[in-house]
Amino acid sequence: MSRGLRLIPIILLLFVLSGLAWRLIKPADTAVPSQMVERPVPQFMLAAALADKPGLAAADLATGQPHLLNIFASWCVPCASEGKVLQELRRHGVTVDGIAVRDTPDALSAFLARNGDPYARIGADRQSDVQIALGSSGVPETFVVDGRGVIRRQYIGPLSNSNVPGVLQELEQLR
Amino acid sequence: MKKTVLLLAMLILAVPLSADSNLPPAYWANRELPDARQEAEAQALMEQLRCLVCQGQSIADSDAELAGDMRDLVRRRIAAGESPNAVRAWLIQRYGTWISFKPTDEPAAWPLWLAPLALILIGAWLIRRRIKLKAGA
Amino acid sequence: MIAETGLAALWLAAGLAAYQFLLMILALRSSVGVARPMRAVAVIQGVLTLAAFAMLLLVFARSDMSVALVFENSNSAKPFIYKVAGAWGNHEGSMLMWVTILAIAGAFVALFSRRTGERTLVAALGSQAILALGFYAFLLIASNPFARLFPAPPDGQGLNPLLQDPGLAFHPPTLYLGYVGLSVAFSFAVGALLTGEVDARLARAMRPWVLGAWILLTLGITAGSYWAYYELGWGGYWFWDPVENASLMPWLAATALLHSINVLAARGALKAWTMMLAVIAFSMSMVGTFLVRSGILTSVHAFAIDPERGTFLLVLLAIYVGAAFILFAFRGANLKEGAPFELVSRESGLVVNNLLLSVILGIVFVGTLYPLFVEALSGEKLSVGAPYFNAVAGPLALLVALLVGIGPLLSWRRERRPVLGLLKVPALLGASALVMSIIAAPSIGILPRAGFAVAAFLLAASIMPLIARNPLRAPLATWGMVVAHFGIAIALAGMAANAAFSSERLAIAKPGEILSVGPWQVQLGGVTPTAGKNWTAIEAELRASRGEGIVTLTPETRYYSDPPTQTNESAIRTFWNGQLYTVIGNQDSSGAWQLRLWWKPFVTLIWAGGALIAIGGALALIGRLLLSLRGRRREPEWRRRYA
Repeated sequence: MSRGLRLIPIILLLFVLSGLAWRLIKPADTAVPSQMVERPVPQFMLAAALADKPGLAAADLATGQPHLLNIFASWCVPCASEGKVLQELRRHGVTVDGIAVRDTPDALSAFLARNGDPYARIGADRQSDVQIALGSSGVPETFVVDGRGVIRRQYIGPLSNSNVPGVLQELEQLR
Repeated sequence: MKKTVLLLAMLILAVPLSADSNLPPAYWANRELPDARQEAEAQALMEQLRCLVCQGQSIADSDAELAGDMRDLVRRRIAAGESPNAVRAWLIQRYGTWISFKPTDEPAAWPLWLAPLALILIGAWLIRRRIKLKAGA
Repeated sequence: MIAETGLAALWLAAGLAAYQFLLMILALRSSVGVARPMRAVAVIQGVLTLAAFAMLLLVFARSDMSVALVFENSNSAKPFIYKVAGAWGNHEGSMLMWVTILAIAGAFVALFSRRTGERTLVAALGSQAILALGFYAFLLIASNPFARLFPAPPDGQGLNPLLQDPGLAFHPPTLYLGYVGLSVAFSFAVGALLTGEVDARLARAMRPWVLGAWILLTLGITAGSYWAYYELGWGGYWFWDPVENASLMPWLAATALLHSINVLAARGALKAWTMMLAVIAFSMSMVGTFLVRSGILTSVHAFAIDPERGTFLLVLLAIYVGAAFILFAFRGANLKEGAPFELVSRESGLVVNNLLLSVILGIVFVGTLYPLFVEALSGEKLSVGAPYFNAVAGPLALLVALLVGIGPLLSWRRERRPVLGLLKVPALLGASALVMSIIAAPSIGILPRAGFAVAAFLLAASIMPLIARNPLRAPLATWGMVVAHFGIAIALAGMAANAAFSSERLAIAKPGEILSVGPWQVQLGGVTPTAGKNWTAIEAELRASRGEGIVTLTPETRYYSDPPTQTNESAIRTFWNGQLYTVIGNQDSSGAWQLRLWWKPFVTLIWAGGALIAIGGALALIGRLLLSLRGRRREPEWRRRYA
């Protein structure tokens, strides 16, 4: 065996070890990002989730103005804390549209009464169809959609107060 | 105190009860399609799609609601005449190749499909001097 | 005091391990004879570690809640057996168990190993000492099992009923024993590379350890597979999940090693290759332990993620495997391999067997870690699962099974008899199985069809080594080989039958409704609530019939309150020709229940085959140990031909 050949196992070992070490330093991110970012919102039309608020269709997101599209549910625990942040954004003039996943009107209105209602429109996604079409993998998630109806960014997990300036700036740039 | 107990409980298909929605499973989530051939196609595809919630499982095996909704979606699309590959491609367009337990033919997966061939060739090269190919030589 | 005694014993053992390692350095640098003190130190080290482990069992048995580990993992209300098993049902305890087994194995080598040269034995014991030392450091620095709590809490937290399962209590020790057996092979290989005494004597000294480890790994994998099958409620027996792969990789390496050792023992050939395999087999055990303990790969078998301990294990892995590879690079190349083998000979068969097993090992290794590397290099996420492994490893495994039927019929050095004569009946059986499967089941996949053909061939071919001779005069080791190879055929038949003929029924049914699955008509009787000690459940009564009386199955969905979890308890009924497997899910708004039913023809053969493989290994081990007890130095020629 030549000397070079003998070193191959050691080189392979170093390669494997560095891969494993990398994973230890940077633990796996279990979030699965949507591949729909930088693509137009897929066609959809959702019935109103509440009697007193309009439903949501893809066309409602391409109005010339940027939107926040919030995927949420009344049964989702972190969504409750996100309500305040979305309301804060709304006070800054942001349009927040909601998609309520697997929800009932009663539970939804109780949830909004409890946590505040930042939404201009709420579509009822009773079988997660639109959620899946958007490439969203859980609740809550928030998509930034520009005026032409193109998804520009995805936030996985609840927005917090620290996100507010960033989101505002992003929307400002899209205006 | 740091919790270091093995979460072996998860092994026994433990689903936290707190995060369930208020709606029943979608119609086709836990039902077979009436057409046996289509059902077999759908089943085979569902076994190859990774659940977004319990990420070690396929959507065929997962009790997560999102997996149920995805089964419903797969069955509806297959019943409407779409091919399994088209449904897979549609989902990959949304979630990336991550969603498919079967590596696709994209460049990033090429080494994976070449690995067996490469390993056999390397092995054959390693043993080339160990075995006499001509009898009596 | 008990805990402190255990801790003190552990420190002492660590000190002795360090001393043992220094003795080895001394012995290798000069010609000082250290074998006697070395043996003594190894034995005392083993006894001390065993004492430490006994102390841990004792604090768990006494439910001493002032020990942090007991507080976290036990509770005074637990059944006694689970109190004791709780000692290793956690990270610290299981690592102590690992090092205990390691030290005891070292003591056994010191006491009973007489086959290798003295210098090699000393070097092997030194290697075993440095292995143990790393794990002592791990325990004493990063995971002290004996840490106290002050003040002592009134009672412990560990009452999770889901963890009280006999499978969980005995699965880890079985695998650990297997891993540690491979550590002895590793140490012998390192020792022999240091002294240059890689020869048949070394192979005979290593063989019982490899065989023992391999038996336990086989048992562990078989039991784990059955456990996943009935507990997970998905009807599958192997998911190609990272944690499963982590246990399969050492087994594949050990299987290859088991066969190449025979070439080394019989012909003094394949020296470098066998040493490399011994190193790889233990490396795979460490990789497996690392993957499971660090929890870095997404798995169904969710373990807690702990980067700190993961780092420690990774450093140990790097040191041990790296050192062994460097040693191999410098010493392995000097080993003389001798003349090449004839094409048709036992040696060549075993070389090809090793090649294929190693390729399968490589595929499992690459497939398991590939997503990690793609993500590290490109940020892209992809998944590698059952479709890949089945498509790639499946055909290779069938090829191995085919060769298993032929290899043992070849004689060492050169084949002079017409082997094809012996293979007539097996080949005929294989061909007729193929034809029958085409006629009777034209629509099954190509892999299960090939599986049937190979299984039928191997069923007959595997017993040929006995039929060709007087079976009663064949040595026990030959019987062991035949039983193990026959077990492969049985397991393969079960896998093929399961893949080809399983039928599944998924339905939403109201009480009284009848569903058909395979040959069965299954009626959903009532669904009733029931309750256990710490759970409530709904229990379905299923009445199944295939025309000859009715059997009743009662699958359950259980709801545990602490922690709040829901589990599906499948109900399985075994018949001579298969299993009826039933699961009940939730109720829908119309009052109907979600049901999942399977009829799995001959699925039990899979685990029966696994058990036969392990039994075959045990027969071979007993045969070899008896032979060495009788002190036969050389086996007669006919024995070697068929052993």
